[in-house]
Amino acid sequence: MPDDPKASAARSPAPAAPAAGEGVTRRGFFSWIGVAWISFSGAMGVASVSTLRFFFPNVLFEPPQTFNAGFPEEYIPGQVDNRFKESFGVFMVRDDSSIYAIKAVCTHLGCTPNWLEAEFKFKCPCHGSGFYITGINFEGPAPRPLERYRIVLADDGQIVVDKTKIYREEKGEWKDPEAFIAA
Amino acid sequence: MQWFKSAVDWLCNPPILFTLIFIVFFLAYLWKKLTWLWTPRACVVIFLAGGLFVAYGLTDPNFRAIVTKPDNVPIVGMLFLTGFFSWLSMYLGTRNDARIGKNLPPEEKLESEIKILVWPDLVYTEFLCMILWSVLLIIWSIYLKAPIEEPANPAKTPNPSKAPWYFLGLQEMLVYYDPWIAGVLLPGLIIVGLMALPYIDPNKKGNGYYTFAERKWEILTFQFGYLVLWVMMIITGTFFRGPNQNFFGPFERWDVHKVVPLSNINLSEVFWVKMLNLGLPGNWLVREGLGIILVLAYFTVIPMFLGRTLFKRFFEKMGMVRFQILMFLLLCMVSLPIKMYLRWLFNMHYVVAIPEYFFNI
Ligand code: FES
Repeated sequence: MPDDPKASAARSPAPAAPAAGEGVTRRGFFSWIGVAWISFSGAMGVASVSTLRFFFPNVLFEPPQTFNAGFPEEYIPGQVDNRFKESFGVFMVRDDSSIYAIKAVCTHLGCTPNWLEAEFKFKCPCHGSGFYITGINFEGPAPRPLERYRIVLADDGQIVVDKTKIYREEKGEWKDPEAFIAA
Repeated sequence: MQWFKSAVDWLCNPPILFTLIFIVFFLAYLWKKLTWLWTPRACVVIFLAGGLFVAYGLTDPNFRAIVTKPDNVPIVGMLFLTGFFSWLSMYLGTRNDARIGKNLPPEEKLESEIKILVWPDLVYTEFLCMILWSVLLIIWSIYLKAPIEEPANPAKTPNPSKAPWYFLGLQEMLVYYDPWIAGVLLPGLIIVGLMALPYIDPNKKGNGYYTFAERKWEILTFQFGYLVLWVMMIITGTFFRGPNQNFFGPFERWDVHKVVPLSNINLSEVFWVKMLNLGLPGNWLVREGLGIILVLAYFTVIPMFLGRTLFKRFFEKMGMVRFQILMFLLLCMVSLPIKMYLRWLFNMHYVVAIPEYFFNI
């Protein structure tokens, strides 16, 4: 601390010069500020890291991507089966010659369509797209048919639906042997 | 009164309703004989009629169910406000036009010379408004329950599924367009277009005062986009869309099983299958050729044509670039009603449909 008040006043015309004997030097002041800044940035850094950590949850309650859908005999020809709609987002459909698994996501903007038994069509409640029982779009804005999941028979004769693979009609993929089960 | 309800239901069928609104809109703004609309007496008459209609409608269970839904109450209020302020701007505008015709300055010029104190005049007014609005909001929040539904479940979409009211115009556009266009391109263009307005239209007339005669074309274009397209689509989405996004008249029961035959057809199917009897070509470029040409022509030939004929004056005043930008924005806006009518009248699905590449117009 400069002892001579005149000298310090000459160097910098500080309006509120620290009172003598308070014990705050310029250097001391800056080191305190430094400590404060470092701890502040540290805290902010930890906070942001832990925020980022939130994007990676410890447990993910996601239904498995592959599931057993029972035996082909359980499905009635000409009917849409809703039993896996809630849990897996899949409509199981059996027509005269095949069983297929329709992905319950509208190809327009991704709402979940409903199966209307009386009107015999899928109808999306968001913008009114309609699909035949095959999944082919015929009304409303949906630009392409509903997609289908891979479906195969396991060794024990049960149906396995695999949601990791998707078959699109407009690409001609519905003819793929794994896009349906002959029944 | 059953005949009245059926008549209203019939009129509220969108193709009819929108056609009527188009006609009424242009007549009201442009037909000299209808300038009495912009007088206080006409305003009172129109509002009384509107109020009477709502009051009568409330006696009908179906109408009441839609209008008094907590979601929809503010929309009803907003309709009256929108109507009132549209009327007010025209009322003040026509008054100024008359003054300007007599070589007098607009009323705002006179007002600007009067001195008013912030304290107490302005602050008192603001204070009173604040108190009254708080009272209104508190009463509102007590009497109308918040429309909260069961916890969200991706497998269960409510039927009909509706966006919040201010997005219902967008949702309505989504019915006619691919999500990319209705959800990204058009809303983006609306914002960009509004920002571009001062550069497209450097007309200084009407700055700081109301006028109609001096900016007829600008006001007409804006009000067309705002009242006839945006507000009308919010109304349609709120009041006329029922289960499965079918159209319902205001007095009609929301029947979940109403069946409307809506089988859509793409332009390519009309052209190749119905007209030429050939079947769809495998190559998408060939298949959609006609649609692509039509869309390109829409955006190039029409501006060229209008620039030579109807909009010649604009073209000369604005220059090439500005005129093209204006025409592009305008054509995008007008494409919406075109698309809506194509869907309503011909069940047209998409003019250009390339689902292989997620590209549909
Ligand atoms: S999300 Fe299904 S119609 Fe738009």
